Amino acid sequence: MNNDYATARDLYQQTDSDADVLTDPEIAHLIVNHDKVLGMHGVPGLNIKTEQIEQGLNIEIDLESQHKINKPVHLCFGMLPERGTQRIEMKVNIGDNSSIAILAHCVFPRAIKVKHIMNAEILIGENAVYSYQEKHVHSDSGGVEVIPKAKIVVGKNSRFSTEFVLLKGRVGIIDVDYAAEGLEYSVIDMNARISGLQDDVIKINEQAYLNGEHSTAVLTSKIAVRDRARAQINNKIVASAPYARGHVDCKEIVQDQGVANAVPIVEVAHPKAHVTHEAAIGSVDNKQLETLMSRGISEDEAVEMIIQGLLSK
Amino acid sequence: MSVLEVKNLSLTLDGKKILDNLSLEFWEGYIHAVVGPNGAGKSSLASTIMGLNGYHNFDGDILFKGNSLKQVSIDERAKFGLTLSWQEPARFEGLSVSDFILASAKQKNKEIAENALNTVGLEPASYLFRSVDKTLSGGERKKIELASIMVMEPVIAMMDEPDSGIDIASIEKIFEVIKILKKRGTTIILITHSLAVLDQADHAFLICRGQLQDKGSVEKISQYFKSVCEPCDHKNKPDGTIQSIDKQNSDIFQVDKGEKDE
Repeated sequence: MNNDYATARDLYQQTDSDADVLTDPEIAHLIVNHDKVLGMHGVPGLNIKTEQIEQGLNIEIDLESQHKINKPVHLCFGMLPERGTQRIEMKVNIGDNSSIAILAHCVFPRAIKVKHIMNAEILIGENAVYSYQEKHVHSDSGGVEVIPKAKIVVGKNSRFSTEFVLLKGRVGIIDVDYAAEGLEYSVIDMNARISGLQDDVIKINEQAYLNGEHSTAVLTSKIAVRDRARAQINNKIVASAPYARGHVDCKEIVQDQGVANAVPIVEVAHPKAHVTHEAAIGSVDNKQLETLMSRGISEDEAVEMIIQGLLSK
Repeated sequence: MSVLEVKNLSLTLDGKKILDNLSLEFWEGYIHAVVGPNGAGKSSLASTIMGLNGYHNFDGDILFKGNSLKQVSIDERAKFGLTLSWQEPARFEGLSVSDFILASAKQKNKEIAENALNTVGLEPASYLFRSVDKTLSGGERKKIELASIMVMEPVIAMMDEPDSGIDIASIEKIFEVIKILKKRGTTIILITHSLAVLDQADHAFLICRGQLQDKGSVEKISQYFKSVCEPCDHKNKPDGTIQSIDKQNSDIFQVDKGEKDE
């Protein structure tokens, strides 16, 4: 076993995932540590190119038209060093009538001062499906700064779904900024589940522009802030086409001295479009808490159960 | 022998007297009903016994097996064996039925959850991994709550309006579960204004305006409730104007002058 492969396995195992996917010929993967590719494997129809840049990588993912990738593609972006910056410039092109699911892990298990910057441009063709699940594993030091930005165009009759999950370790600072445009009959589904502790800072700025007839979008954020953590959620849907439909849903649980702020913005620029929103911010619901306590569960355990429930899928 | 004793309990909320010098004894192993019109103080009584938030500042005492429950937290009361099922059970987004039921169980065993669901008439395969959230009807959540109480094996289970939100076909199932709990040694306290629920009890208390009006056999209380309470146009209004009732005047539910019906 060479060193890179051993490091890749080590990195991958931090994500609670089965590292055997790295040896499965039917599963495409890309494993990155800092600015170095540790492992890469493609499958027919899927082309992955990388190029080293200062402090990171350019990555191009191109899925040819008429290709459906049956097994999720595994991406792993890691920073094993305690300090440093990782910059990922990603371009994704999904061809017409194609589908792909990407399971991305961002792993910073030893971070004391690590910055992860991701800039992505994603172009999804017609009748295509692109699903991107991003799961973060951070150290407990809080020394991670994550700045993912993405611009997405979702083609006619196509679907874009993304899920951002950060439940393990400290958040540190996270500043998500995604903007997606939906064309005719497209579906945009963006979902974030993040748990903040101590002095963590969570900023989510998601936008969906429904420019195509019958396009739909759902932006969902489920956030828990404890200790002195802060969260600022700005989710926006602009519907400017007939029969466009959107919904912004934000749920935040605040404990201790945590502070949460949610600004759902809905803008409708066509009389036949419709967008709704709901935001619920507050402490743990008293009835839920008392129900669990009346079964013999301590207050702390009950709070944890309720929060984990909210943050679960 | 009484397992739970409410002694001279008075509760005032927001300046309104909700419970007024109430004294009740609940005998071990019995199914008791606390019956009364809407607003009589029944749910407040259950909340006070359970020690819920906002129900701590009462006069009198509540004794569980002779020990005062004052200063005892909800979870500690539950650990003693006291529990409550809500009239409208809580929703738990993302919490599975299985985890919810097993949270109460002494042994965290999937089979226990399955058996409990079967007992309350829910197919385990269809429910175990669903969330206890708005995708379940009120009746389904009520049954799941009962399942969680069953696995807890409590000493006392208080059930607030156990037939509320339950379809007619399921009511018999709920009654069956109540009897199973009794058979297992649990003392049941049914909080109700339903005669059908009252009929399940061995013994009943009638309360109105936070006061005990009568107690005794279900037949006696049921007859009284049917003949006096149901025709009575008095609506309990916990509005701070509760007066002691002059039984010599016999019309114990007479509306005060100037008091408006809801």
